[in-house]
Amino acid sequence: MADVAQDTPNLNLTRVPEIGSATIGSTAEKHLAELWESAPGWRGWLSTVDHKTIGIRYLVTAFIFLLMGGVEALIMRVQLARPNQTLLTPEQYNQLFTMHGITMIFLYSLPVLSGFSNYLWPLMLGSRDMAFPRLNALSYWIFLFAGIFLYASFPLGEAPNAGWFNYVPFAELNYNTGPNIDVYALGMVLLGISTTVGSINFIVTLFRMRAPGMSIGRVPILVWGTLTASVANVFAVPSVSLAFFLLWLDRQMGTHFFDVINGGKPLLWQHLFWMFGHPWVYAVVLPAMGIVFDALPTFCRRPLVGYSAVALSTMATMLLGFGVWIHHMFATGLPTLALSFFGATSMVISIPSGVAVFAWIATIWLGRPVFNTPFLFFAGFVILFVIGGFSGVMVAAVPLDLQLNETYFIVAHLHYVLLGINVFPVVGGIYYWFPKFFGRMMNENLGKWSFWVMFIGFNLGFFPMHVAGLLGMPRRIYTYAPHMG
Amino acid sequence: MKGSTSGCRFNCIVLLCGLVATPGFAASAENRIAPLNYFLHSYGPASTPTMHLGWGFAALLAIIFIIIALLLAVAVFHKRSVEEPRSMGREEQGVMWIYIGTGLSTCILLAMTIYMLITLNKIAKPMHAPALTLTVTGYDWWWKVEYENGDSSRRFVTANEIHIPVGQPVLIKLKSADVIHTFWVPVLAGKTQAIPGLTNQQWIEADVEGVYLGQCTQYCGLQHAHMGLEVVAQSEAEFRAWQDAQRKTAATVSAGDVNTGWKIFLDQCAGCHAVRGTEAKGAHGPDLTHLSSRRLLAGGLLTNTPDHLVQWITRTQELKPGARMPSMALTAAEISALSAFLSTLN
Repeated sequence: MADVAQDTPNLNLTRVPEIGSATIGSTAEKHLAELWESAPGWRGWLSTVDHKTIGIRYLVTAFIFLLMGGVEALIMRVQLARPNQTLLTPEQYNQLFTMHGITMIFLYSLPVLSGFSNYLWPLMLGSRDMAFPRLNALSYWIFLFAGIFLYASFPLGEAPNAGWFNYVPFAELNYNTGPNIDVYALGMVLLGISTTVGSINFIVTLFRMRAPGMSIGRVPILVWGTLTASVANVFAVPSVSLAFFLLWLDRQMGTHFFDVINGGKPLLWQHLFWMFGHPWVYAVVLPAMGIVFDALPTFCRRPLVGYSAVALSTMATMLLGFGVWIHHMFATGLPTLALSFFGATSMVISIPSGVAVFAWIATIWLGRPVFNTPFLFFAGFVILFVIGGFSGVMVAAVPLDLQLNETYFIVAHLHYVLLGINVFPVVGGIYYWFPKFFGRMMNENLGKWSFWVMFIGFNLGFFPMHVAGLLGMPRRIYTYAPHMG
Repeated sequence: MKGSTSGCRFNCIVLLCGLVATPGFAASAENRIAPLNYFLHSYGPASTPTMHLGWGFAALLAIIFIIIALLLAVAVFHKRSVEEPRSMGREEQGVMWIYIGTGLSTCILLAMTIYMLITLNKIAKPMHAPALTLTVTGYDWWWKVEYENGDSSRRFVTANEIHIPVGQPVLIKLKSADVIHTFWVPVLAGKTQAIPGLTNQQWIEADVEGVYLGQCTQYCGLQHAHMGLEVVAQSEAEFRAWQDAQRKTAATVSAGDVNTGWKIFLDQCAGCHAVRGTEAKGAHGPDLTHLSSRRLLAGGLLTNTPDHLVQWITRTQELKPGARMPSMALTAAEISALSAFLSTLN
């Protein structure tokens, strides 16, 4: 490598990036090209480490899983369309809702955001690629393998069947003898590796490979979102990987971590799972909110209002996000004092979300919006974000949660959060970045149609579930008797 | 209930049409249509403060939602000045929006949190000491109900049907025999998990006499859907009478058919089911000493009629696939003898 140009504008405390350059035609240039270019043919296709290719693969794979999860949901809805329907056996229904949850939460919502981040990070930060391109490819392939592994259990009729949060002792060998739960446990350990590796890659890329001048106060909010999500994952994923590994040991090696008869503690599972589970729900929305923060201003033709406040609120959400997991466990018989603390933090965590909402509204208000498809998706997203946030405040209130928990109100809430705050920004983001990904625009008319169909359809489908939940309709029931109202 | 296309519409349509449920399930005049409707109905001090909290939160949040939606609509559609069509706002402009908006929402949230904590405190404990203590144990997929008593001859066990005296707090100790279940009688109180290895506590109190439906709400396997229970709130006198009746051991009737039925029961059923005062001491299934006095069968799946009982015994796996009880293969004569015996368990 030839001359190393160094750029030190602020003399002292700033990190000095090492920037090399190679003249065209030199051996150094050829060597670099060999290193970076994907080899031609199928070997190159398999072995590529190009962040753009990997990003697109993440996006496509995640969308395929989204479709599969959607088909599972439709089958369940047909089963529930009439009282005492017998389209599905209880076992099939249980496998379907479990796989629907696993698919949407683990195989769609985070990987799709990894897709955006993989493609866009190096472009936004001005680095050549991700810090560890091979690790990046590894992360994708493990994710794909874990997904296929989980789905391979379906044709055998042995898919995971204990719900996506997989409570023990129901998931223990005594009550669940088939390979169903082992598939889930190993699949989750694999996904844990993929997520951890991917998160570390994002973090290192941000801290070590930014272009000169890309100060921490200038990085796009998508980067803030992915960074906080990645840091959270590094802390949260070990908890769930450990939980599933212990469960697998219980099932296969005869250990007794969760086995009551031998002194194990079923509650330990709930703590380990939700200590991961709650930060995770923020990990799958913060980067998606980042998409809106970065793309919405384009269509408002003005910069985002309150960049610093938004960046700080992103971090604050994540920090508080580590202190609220008990709100998934209000009904486990905890002392009132503990319930009060966790109830209060769960309500307070919506303050940073307030910052986000007012930043979006102010940006639109003070801008000159053009009503392109992505704008529609982002504006619709703000509405869904507020509804999902408000139902979140309802379930954060301990006494209310003791009623709402495990009813359709929760189903409504989590779909508003995951569909509203993940799917809508993602689809808007696809419309926004499609030209960058593939060099051509998407059809504007079809885009508007797709927005209105999604927005109206989603609200018609899911809003009434709030009402059903308030009227007492319990979830995870394979068939309802007519008299249950 | 015909033609509804999704689980959620299911509820609303029933409400709209005002269909009346099977008479056997009528809880009380008001909540007959949606028996688990805790948002509009509450019949006890353990759930009423929560219902009011729900109304307060729902109303307040609905109003704030409308304000935010209006703000968004105005933000999108308000008229822009035409004078500077090309100007692009400065980054710092508009930060006041965030300060004011977030400041206001913080105040509202803090007020809501205080209201929430006050409510939590109200429902945490009953006003005075519980009159009665029960142990309720969740099984796959039914509930065992034990009425404790210092004198072991006065202790009795029943299933899926909890009788309580009206107007008095009742303490329920929750246990589980297998996996995690959740005890939930929504119009009386919020839910509490029954966790194996732990004893959780839950109190309920009914202000009015009636039958209140409950449901397991922690997904617990194949027949989680059919793990219902009922709380029957009675006047003090009625409750005492019921309690005395339940304490009695099974009466011995020795008519021919009943005797044959009893032999079949001993042979086929007594491994799991107990009838107090006899040799039948099985502990895996519900105690059947006073089977005929119960309103429902099979965790709330069927009303307790002689016909349903026969169906339940012979077609168990068809009606509740996966239930721990097998479908019994019995001849017509055996069935009638067994029914004759079971009808004496009152």
